[in-house]
Amino acid sequence: MKHSFLGYRRPDGSIGARNLVAVIPSVICANDVAQAICRQVQGTVGYFHHQGCCQLPLDLKRVTDVLINLGKSPNIGAVLIVSLGCEGTDHARLFAEIQASGKPVEIIHIQELGGTSRAIQAGIDAAQRLVIQISALQREPADISEAVMAIKCGASDTTSGMASNCVIGYVADKLVDLGATVIFGETTEFIGGEHILARRAVGGEDGPVGRRIHEIVDQMERRAKLIGEDMRGGQPTPGNIAGGLSSIEEKSLGAIVKSGHRPIQGVLEYTESAAGKKGLWIKDTPGREPEILTGMAATGAQFMLFSTGRGAPQGFPSMPVIKICGNPTTYARMEHDMDLNAGRIITGERAIEEVGEEAFALLLQVLSGRMTKNEALAYFGSIDIFCLGPVI
Amino acid sequence: MNSSIALKVDEADNVATLFADGVRDGMRVEIRDKAGKSECVTVLGDVPFGHKIATAPIKKGEHILKYGESIGAASRDIRKGEYVHVHNLEALRGRGDLMEAEK
Repeated sequence: MKHSFLGYRRPDGSIGARNLVAVIPSVICANDVAQAICRQVQGTVGYFHHQGCCQLPLDLKRVTDVLINLGKSPNIGAVLIVSLGCEGTDHARLFAEIQASGKPVEIIHIQELGGTSRAIQAGIDAAQRLVIQISALQREPADISEAVMAIKCGASDTTSGMASNCVIGYVADKLVDLGATVIFGETTEFIGGEHILARRAVGGEDGPVGRRIHEIVDQMERRAKLIGEDMRGGQPTPGNIAGGLSSIEEKSLGAIVKSGHRPIQGVLEYTESAAGKKGLWIKDTPGREPEILTGMAATGAQFMLFSTGRGAPQGFPSMPVIKICGNPTTYARMEHDMDLNAGRIITGERAIEEVGEEAFALLLQVLSGRMTKNEALAYFGSIDIFCLGPVI
Repeated sequence: MNSSIALKVDEADNVATLFADGVRDGMRVEIRDKAGKSECVTVLGDVPFGHKIATAPIKKGEHILKYGESIGAASRDIRKGEYVHVHNLEALRGRGDLMEAEK
């Protein structure tokens, strides 16, 4: 193994960079009980989303599928499901599918247990059992080809497309060449650059993958346009505009730089896992952090490279996020949130390849357990699941 | 002496990104491309760090090019060296406000 890391082997064969107990509320209405359990029991993380009831069946299935794939994601060693009892998500299937992956899983129902305080007590007992049960697992060597990397840019400015996204593109190419899996998303930020991505699709722009890329971009753009407004101000955001990005097209052309140069193998739906898939893939997601980070963790990504120019501090509970800052001034101001300074490319002190190699060395350490700045600060409380229909 | 440099990403671009603080109207800056070619121009308008200037005159309605691709159209005539941003660049995508006109 030329490039390897130390990870936790799961019963389904996947390899985790962390060994956490996930406390999964099946519905927003179970969040407070789940939070109380997480506060008390070390080694747990909670997914405090806002979905799971009074939604169309399509979205309820979507929420259930995402929660299942979060539970099955490799950084999770065991799962505690917190159900209210009357929710719209399918908590029985949630339990059964995570259990089928071979992981320890328990479920509590707030209504059945007799309310908040009893559910919290039962949940703490269960979470404590699970944390102790998985705590003896040791890390073992794994080849880099087992890595699944998610990539994203947030709070971008014009340095993103010319520095930090170039670094991520360099790392993405390197990981694909080493046999690993790389996933990128933010369909909104393909608008104006989709023809470039479609040409990189396996089978060409007119093949099924190329056509699907055009389709997801059309869907996302149509969704935004239906409101009848110019999207500028929403996308690009006021911060993007203050940072010099003048249009969604300019933002997109800078954003897609982070996908590197390798062929695009296919398009994953928002709920889908990348298990068994190799090479570079697209996941159909919006650009906003809470929804895309959840989607990427559900893909089974063990970590994320995250590029920023204005300074985006947020991460995800079970997926370490490595922040690469393209703007030298922002890096100096927000050093405690940023893992790597790609602003040195803008100032001419470093080449893209040099910072790319630094990022590669850092990601191997992070896969083996080194904490990212975001992770150490636990700045990951706000997450959500991207749904299509209205709350009804 | 001149230390302010505006970078052109692609040969075809008609804007360059200025990575310098404190560039004011009338100052001279150097436009540099990837091949190493450089040219000095006078900046028209105050340009913040990371914002763009035109590397050639752009007529109203013409595409504005960065990364060798369209990032929108000029909403008025733009002079060489002029500050280019939302005041004179119109996005052509995600325009729900133009939906009626499209139908």
